Amino acid sequence: MATENLVYDRPEGFTDTPTHYCPGCTHGVAHRLVAEVLEEMGVLEKTIGVAPVGCSVFAYNYFDTDFVEAPHGRAPAMATGVKRVMPDRIVFTYQGDGDLASIGMGEIVHAAARGENITVIFINNANFGMTGGQMAPTTLPGMKTTSSPNGRDVETQGYPIKVAEMLSTLDGVGYCVRRSLHDPKNIRLAKKAIRMAFETQSRGLGFSMVELLSTCPTNWGITPVNSLKFVEEHMVPFYPLGDYKISEAIKQIKI
Amino acid sequence: MPKELWKGNEAIAEAAVRAGLEAYFGYPITPQTEILEYLSRRMPELGRTFVQAESELGAINMVYGAACTGVRVMSSSSSPGMSLMMEGISYIAGTEVPAVLVNVMRGGPGLGNIAPAQGDYNQAVHGGGHGDYQPIVLAPASVQEAIDLTALSFDLAEKYRAICMVILDGCVGQMMEPAEMPEMKPVHRENWDWNTDAKMGKRKRRVLSSIYIEPAEEEKMNLRVLNRWRTIEAKEVRYKEYFLDDAEIVVVGFGTAGRIALSAVREARAEGIKVGLLRPITVSPFPYKVIDQLTARADAFLVTEMNSGQMLEDVRLAVKGRVPVEFYGRLGGVVPFPDEILNEIHRMAKSKLSLDVHPRDAWLERMAHA
Repeated sequence: MATENLVYDRPEGFTDTPTHYCPGCTHGVAHRLVAEVLEEMGVLEKTIGVAPVGCSVFAYNYFDTDFVEAPHGRAPAMATGVKRVMPDRIVFTYQGDGDLASIGMGEIVHAAARGENITVIFINNANFGMTGGQMAPTTLPGMKTTSSPNGRDVETQGYPIKVAEMLSTLDGVGYCVRRSLHDPKNIRLAKKAIRMAFETQSRGLGFSMVELLSTCPTNWGITPVNSLKFVEEHMVPFYPLGDYKISEAIKQIKI
Repeated sequence: MPKELWKGNEAIAEAAVRAGLEAYFGYPITPQTEILEYLSRRMPELGRTFVQAESELGAINMVYGAACTGVRVMSSSSSPGMSLMMEGISYIAGTEVPAVLVNVMRGGPGLGNIAPAQGDYNQAVHGGGHGDYQPIVLAPASVQEAIDLTALSFDLAEKYRAICMVILDGCVGQMMEPAEMPEMKPVHRENWDWNTDAKMGKRKRRVLSSIYIEPAEEEKMNLRVLNRWRTIEAKEVRYKEYFLDDAEIVVVGFGTAGRIALSAVREARAEGIKVGLLRPITVSPFPYKVIDQLTARADAFLVTEMNSGQMLEDVRLAVKGRVPVEFYGRLGGVVPFPDEILNEIHRMAKSKLSLDVHPRDAWLERMAHA
């Protein structure tokens, strides 16, 4: 008699909500990894998420946890307010690159510098997705967007910001790494990193951030498969994957 | 409690602590910095939260986050800093969470100066942030009143899930007066049915957001807030009357301008002029009805402010052109002397007043010929 094994199901951390993300977008993958980690750590009941403004503005629809919705870029400040009065809760922000690296640069840098004991999931897909694909601080040199139609000219439009590298210089940061979502192996590595980031928080070891290189097929104007290739061939070389800061105490964590 | 000598800003800080303030987030700016400094000592001493934010933007969003958890939370600033907070203020209003904000107003616009002014009346009372919302705005005229209204502001904010703003000018913030502090209230976390303090195995998840993506839903929210505002208008109007029983001239002023006007009114009374003072304490909700009733028996109004006549327009709305309204203001951080207001009372008592000229135009005309 044949037995059926359930190999794939909606994690407990998710609500029963159809996705609003475009086909081929890796936001869904990132969401799932966060939900799985929160479930595996058994912290769904005490988690409060902070949603950004951008494509993931509706992040609060998907996670089966309490959620608040921040103004554009202000999620780290809002998370600071939540965490400081509820230090025993797990508090995370989920932010895109327009939100975190453009309008919210002040909030993220100072939350990291203060060593706020929060976790930041940072989606880097090299453009402003929600408003239709404008240039972001993370847009690659020469990359075409709706507001850099001839390709990003660094002479007039400046250089991309490498967020993980930059934040890793701050003493308040406990855990700061960059991962990618372009293939199964990297997705598994991303999940481990997300777990470590939340473990950092649950042990009170300071600010934690995972930068995730992600796709945006709709605004990049290429297929989902080619988007994954684009991440591998163009984004990973510019934004090297790696551990930018892992404090000694965090290195001792065994899961 | 016995009376003690308190500086306005520090008195506000201590009053907030005694009202159960659990978290304060702020940024230095003159002339309110003593609130921040005082709480940087006081809050940690009591095991409560104090964070000096990276900016007023940071501060107001920390307030927003903490407010969502349902605790008593406050920030304070002065005019340019309040402008920076307007984004967060609109979001807090749109999310219907309670928060207390203190604005120790200074001369403006722009960087202006650090002298006492009332130029943020319109920003506080008539909006400031985007969208449809109205905060409750309280205007103390003394250190004692600043203490009492700060304590009250937390109750009002929670009762109506609204922003309650205390607006004062640098005079009240900086001066020292004998005042009595309320008893220390312990920190108390209410069991709200709306706050996002995590499920904790007790309930379904909650989301707090100012997003209503369906216009019809946003309209419902707008109407809910508006109807709540009508209750606030019906129940929470506060003001102080002085010598109004037989007053033929009614002076209207809030905060420091109202207090200075009181000196002028007392002097005029000693001279036998039938003049009284109405000092709005809630400038929002504004005491329209009180002024409406006074219009039936007063000959004229004199509005006096430390701005270019912002509350003046609200007084005119209440008077509805039935009797003359005159205006006297000082701007840019200049504080009027009682004599200046007394001169206006003398002029009004002696001359025939016009209903036809806008009071601000007439005032500017007089200034030009002074």
